[in-house]
Amino acid sequence: MSISRWLTFLLIALLTVPGMTSAQEERAPEALLEQLAEASPRDTETVIKAIATSGHERARNWLDAYGNNRLSQVKDTGQIVIVLNNRGRDWEVADAITGENLGETSRRDLDRIAVNNAIRRQLEGVMAMMNLYANDLEVREAAALDLMGKVDDAVVEDVTARIEEEPDADIRSRLEQAVAIYQVEEQGSAEVINVLAGSLHPRARAALNNAVASEDPALRAPAEKALGSIEQKLKMNKAAETLYFGLSLGSVLVLAAIGLAITFGVMGVINMAHGELIMLGAYTTWGMQQLLPGQPGLALILSIPAGFLVAALAGIAIERSVIQFLKGRPLETLLATFGISLILQQLVRTVISPQNRTVVSPEWMSGSLVINDALSLTLNRMYVLGFALVVFATLMLIMRRTRLGLEVRAVTQNRAMARSMGIRATRVDIMTFALGSGVAGLAGVALSQLTNVGPNLGQNYIIDSFMVVVFGGVGNLWGTLVAGLTLGTINQLLEPWAGAVLAKIIVLVFIILFIQKRPKGLFPQKGRAAEA
Amino acid sequence: MTTFKKRLASVALTTALGTGMNLAHAQEDPIKVGILHSLSGTMAISETVLKDTVEMLIEQQNAEGGLLGRELEAVVVDPASNWPLFAEKARELLAQEEVDVIFGNWTSVSRKSVLPVVEELNGLLFYPVQYEGEESSENVFYTGAAPNQQAIPAVDYLKNELGVERWVLAGTDYVYPRTTNKILETYLKDQGVAAEDLMINYTPFGHSDWQNIVSDIKSFGSAGKKTAVVSTINGDANVPFYRELGNQGISATDIPVVAFSVGEQELSGIDTGPLVGHLAAWNYFMSVDSDVNYDFIDQWIEYTGDEEAVTNDPMEAHYIGFNMWVEAVQKAETTEVGAVKDAIIGVTVPNLTGGYATMMPNHHITKPVLIGEIQDNGQFTTVWQTPSTVAGDAWSDYLPGSRDLIADWRAPMRCGNYNVTVGKCGASAGEQAAAAE
Repeated sequence: MSISRWLTFLLIALLTVPGMTSAQEERAPEALLEQLAEASPRDTETVIKAIATSGHERARNWLDAYGNNRLSQVKDTGQIVIVLNNRGRDWEVADAITGENLGETSRRDLDRIAVNNAIRRQLEGVMAMMNLYANDLEVREAAALDLMGKVDDAVVEDVTARIEEEPDADIRSRLEQAVAIYQVEEQGSAEVINVLAGSLHPRARAALNNAVASEDPALRAPAEKALGSIEQKLKMNKAAETLYFGLSLGSVLVLAAIGLAITFGVMGVINMAHGELIMLGAYTTWGMQQLLPGQPGLALILSIPAGFLVAALAGIAIERSVIQFLKGRPLETLLATFGISLILQQLVRTVISPQNRTVVSPEWMSGSLVINDALSLTLNRMYVLGFALVVFATLMLIMRRTRLGLEVRAVTQNRAMARSMGIRATRVDIMTFALGSGVAGLAGVALSQLTNVGPNLGQNYIIDSFMVVVFGGVGNLWGTLVAGLTLGTINQLLEPWAGAVLAKIIVLVFIILFIQKRPKGLFPQKGRAAEA
Repeated sequence: MTTFKKRLASVALTTALGTGMNLAHAQEDPIKVGILHSLSGTMAISETVLKDTVEMLIEQQNAEGGLLGRELEAVVVDPASNWPLFAEKARELLAQEEVDVIFGNWTSVSRKSVLPVVEELNGLLFYPVQYEGEESSENVFYTGAAPNQQAIPAVDYLKNELGVERWVLAGTDYVYPRTTNKILETYLKDQGVAAEDLMINYTPFGHSDWQNIVSDIKSFGSAGKKTAVVSTINGDANVPFYRELGNQGISATDIPVVAFSVGEQELSGIDTGPLVGHLAAWNYFMSVDSDVNYDFIDQWIEYTGDEEAVTNDPMEAHYIGFNMWVEAVQKAETTEVGAVKDAIIGVTVPNLTGGYATMMPNHHITKPVLIGEIQDNGQFTTVWQTPSTVAGDAWSDYLPGSRDLIADWRAPMRCGNYNVTVGKCGASAGEQAAAAE
């Protein structure tokens, strides 16, 4: 607060001290803003540019506010204000010229200075031009990328001049491409087409496509050639992208199913409430974010142990209260756990809300990792893929390398024998079920970043989970991993030409046929375990 | 909320006591208003607020002295998002409770389930949600938008104002998106859009893996022509869709998405940061700058006692429908269904956007069409609107078989599907339209 006031003071001092500043220039920013409020859609661009070049210290502030729909005019006085908080009926505003906080004003008294996508597009271009001269390399990079397709008569000379001064080679070539797009599209220049030949940027491709469609044969031939080389590269990128999509969907399936692979696969309990355990994990993430407002990243990381614990405790409660009494009666277990799943859903509906809850993605999980202009891998899914692999590896370790894992395998292979060797089978049952449920909770934490967190979350994954476990081979964790990733990839390969609805159906039919041929799945249990 | 109700009751009492005439009337039987909205099950999210809206309007009307000097009484039933139960509950309202009017339904399938009951028992139903058209019943008043009051103007906006030449029609796989997209496809092709500039895509309910589709949209949009997505994606499947758009770096300035099923209620459950600039087409936005709207919002917040409560398009439709019915009853001086039905045609009441809505002879109303952009506060701001109101068209002009049909419930025609080429009224024409689908 005090800093901004000090800045304002400095600004006024700067404006008033030199005798050369005329009264007219002092009023200029207000006049410009008022012009903006009254401008017809056609004139806004000129006004925006006038503001950008006015050199006023707050010019960038105004344009930012304008683009974010925060610039308003007070109805009675005509004063231009920036809306700081636009929630509810009373809005907090600040004077646009001085930056002074004016407190809350009723929404009724404000006239919004209209902005729309067309204007926002122009704004992006203008802001990119301003950012082109920034000292920060990343800002300049982003600005150059923004200029692709936005170079026009007014700025082409400035951009061309900037190419000479730009120290960074990548940014230089990016700017050359941006200028080339303008020259190809507006001037029909054939010489610069080779500048675009290597570019995978959609705008470059669009310019070449337009050139191919043009009347001018001198333009058409080189454009076709350039486009040909791009298409080849694009195909490779597309294939890599589809593979990534498949692995990512697969990792979601693996996460959802891996808990079930333990409870159903290893213990043989058909747990229809598995989906609701996933849901509990997702709600834990939401609850954690409520407890730690403003720190979604920390909340998410803390949700990993918390989600595991909540779901594991719920699992223990289910095992102790219901499943232990229904040992060896799969049909009753199925019905009872289905009832539990309905109870848990309704519980969430009544206690929390029937409506979906907002789970915020932390900054480091949104956006994508840009490999090149045609291939970028979305970060949230990459984290989920990595998380799935870590969970899988940990589970493998527990089952193979710890005493608990050994006991679990012993009890499932031959319960009576294990007990006579001194293993407490009941305790092992509890621990195993808790482990499987806890892993379902972990899946919920991950899914909260991809899909809606609501009472129906679990239902959407229960069928898929059983599908993966059965396809992979009951009782085999490796099977679950391979099955999940395979089904995900097949689904994503089919989707582009079959559509989402048909792709799902084809995958289901494929599994049915596969199970007919190999009833025990991809990796059937061998030896004594198979008969147990 | 209770104190507010008490206050209203006391106001009603004093007005009633104030004049002897009113006191005499108040002792007559109340006028019963049926409310048929799901209060449990999947649709409860959307429909509960509509029940509250009608109850609020009834309270306000009673505070003003009721209707024809009689008190209004709400009869609330819960059809529990169960389509056959809608028909049963409608029968209960009309046959047992003998209500004079029903406000209700959200999904098209629930309306279709109620339709025969309302027609058989000669009831009145006000239906407040945007729908696919191709229907006009003597007993139903459609206060939501027909396709020509939402989808067609939205496409016009994209085409004329944003210069869109390539179209992605993405929808959930059920009747409303399929019919709407069929209408839009014909409309766009009539406008000279080539088949290769159209991409149509359907996804299952609750679809959550949008990677491939968004990537397809991205490459479809890089063919050199301005591209837009027209989305009839239903309910919460929109959230992962928008999230994927944001993550794959598609902003509203590159490829705008215009949605027909995303309103303030839906946005209140999500972080709208990455959605800024994407579009929706409705006939009302909570952000509309008009005094009557600000008053309505104040009343609504006071009634619900929730400072964060939002208003939306179907609520405005009930507001209009309720006031139209009140006016028609006053005009007919009776609540008798036949008289009200005749009296309501031509009735004009204020809407919440600062204009007026008129009931047309085809039982649809006139509405302005608003295009809004999503803001970071979960609201829309209007970026464009039709210069005047648009009258709802029951039968689309862009479907074969349907384009020859008109509906006019005035005497002497009194027909919901009059075929102008054959010059005959009859269900055969409707069947013809259905067969052509």
